[in-house]
Amino acid sequence: MSAKPRLAMYWAAACGGCDIAVLNLGEALVEVGSRFDVVFWPAVMDAKYADVEAMPDASIDITLFCGGIRNDENEHLAHLLRAKSKILVAFGSCASEGCIPGLANLSTLDEILDASYANETTDNPDGVRPVPAWRENGVTLRIPTLAPLLRTLDQVVPVDYTVPGCPPETKRIEDVVELVGKALDGTAVLPPRGSVLGAGHSTVCDECARERNVKKIGAFRRVTEIATIDPTLCLLEQGIPCNGPATRDGCGALCPAAAAPCIGCYGPADGVLDYGARLMSAFASVVDADEPERIEVILDGIADPVGQFYRFSLASSLLRGGREAMDQAHRGRASAPVGSPAANHPAPRLGRTPPSAPMLDVLGPQDHVPQRAPTGPEPPAPTLEPVGGPAR
Amino acid sequence: MSATTAHAGAAPAAKDGRFEPVILAFTCNWCSYRAADLAGTARMKYPPNVRLVRLMCSGRVDPAFVMRAFADADAVILTGCWPADCHYRIQNVKALRRFILLRRVLESMGIEPQRFQRFYASAAEGQQLAAEFDRIVEEVRALGPLDWAGRHAAFVPSATPPGAGVGEARAAAEARAAAPPPAERELAEVTA
Ligand code: SF4
Ligand code: SF4
Repeated sequence: MSAKPRLAMYWAAACGGCDIAVLNLGEALVEVGSRFDVVFWPAVMDAKYADVEAMPDASIDITLFCGGIRNDENEHLAHLLRAKSKILVAFGSCASEGCIPGLANLSTLDEILDASYANETTDNPDGVRPVPAWRENGVTLRIPTLAPLLRTLDQVVPVDYTVPGCPPETKRIEDVVELVGKALDGTAVLPPRGSVLGAGHSTVCDECARERNVKKIGAFRRVTEIATIDPTLCLLEQGIPCNGPATRDGCGALCPAAAAPCIGCYGPADGVLDYGARLMSAFASVVDADEPERIEVILDGIADPVGQFYRFSLASSLLRGGREAMDQAHRGRASAPVGSPAANHPAPRLGRTPPSAPMLDVLGPQDHVPQRAPTGPEPPAPTLEPVGGPAR
Repeated sequence: MSATTAHAGAAPAAKDGRFEPVILAFTCNWCSYRAADLAGTARMKYPPNVRLVRLMCSGRVDPAFVMRAFADADAVILTGCWPADCHYRIQNVKALRRFILLRRVLESMGIEPQRFQRFYASAAEGQQLAAEFDRIVEEVRALGPLDWAGRHAAFVPSATPPGAGVGEARAAAEARAAAPPPAERELAEVTA
């Protein structure tokens, strides 16, 4: 076995942007390459699932998992990489909260397939549709089977850490790499399992340099409907729906600095149980009207409410009928309740005993929300064995 | 009724095979909860389908509470003091704004507006409160169960053979690959 710690990165239902963000490390990437033995990274090197399947359990030190779980291939790899990894990181918005691909949960699979194979823009006279398997000249060709809904990684397997962002900012990825490096040297300790890495604990508003004064909004408008945007005043106060109040800081408030409203790519801030719910509260309390009719008129200014409040987090919304119904939809493939140490998946071998303290779970067992800061007794952090330590 | 409703307590025993919805009503300490109390002491009847949650103020209702409630309940009701009667001045107005916004979002996410309703009730309006509960229970009864399992199942494509779930589809595909060269029938199966 190589003496270097083993690193894997994978893309499930993702766009590849997270991989690009890691490649963006530039020179620091060379450092990653010399520090880690990259054992599996389909975006940059040839890899076969069979190679991963052949690895002993818990033989990968850290896996950065990008993408949501949209088909059986994604799901297989989620279980596989969970079993093979000591530390599994939900990397980026897709893996941690569903992101843009999660918006497809508003549509049935038939609608999704129609959009791809049978709308005005499609030339498909034979009405060809994908089928899971096709036999041609004695060879069976297979493609993955789509799942009825997209799930986040933690809805499928237990996750140790979350790195938010769409994609995570390169500077913050550097921070994470540095932290993991230090943990391997024994000069730093990883935060408790379930923590968010590479981001802050507050909101984008806290990082935003724009000035806030009034607490009332008479009209919501789209950026394109405004002739001149005040360069220093809070965008929300100018009537531009800005998601800063519910979004985790860490990006440096890049968008409002460029006069573009925050769309929420860093996910929910600490203590937020449901991203959209928090944002709805924030928006509703500044609506400058007391009469239902007038309130309706002002809210008409929010053109696409679900897109506004759940652009990145629809798949992780509390509104999903609980685990039971979700699992039933996926027909019996047992999903481990996330954060539960008794989860029915092979426990990661982490050098120390696995965590026994439950995560923040005020809303009942099926509503575990991993990216929120744990309150109460903190579960211990997974530990990496120091390189060349006695375990090797 | 779906298994998920079990968490909110057993539904009232169904009479004549009628659907008995489970409905969660948020009440405020100063007005609507007292109205419900009054209805009780005055022996007015309202349907047992409605379970009350007492909060100090309707302004305390976080949209996340409602989201969570829908995991187990068929409908959620928001009640509070009349405008200008709020013990905490304008928090009931903030609750109103949140309600309107949340209902828009819930509707876009497939929750019928009848399942999320609001009304005012002062401490003296026990009768009105009971009548509103009656009305809402009947409306939700007419809609039927929220039935998350059914809703999620509706996402399964019509082309999926019955019984072939996510995991099974893969297993079936693997079994097909391991099997000896298939007859024409199998091709028909997989392309059906
Ligand atoms: S709402 Fe947007 S513009 Fe206003 S302070 Fe927050 S992040 Fe900045
Ligand atoms: S301001 Fe908002 S949308 Fe822009 S990068 Fe930061 S978190 Fe993402």
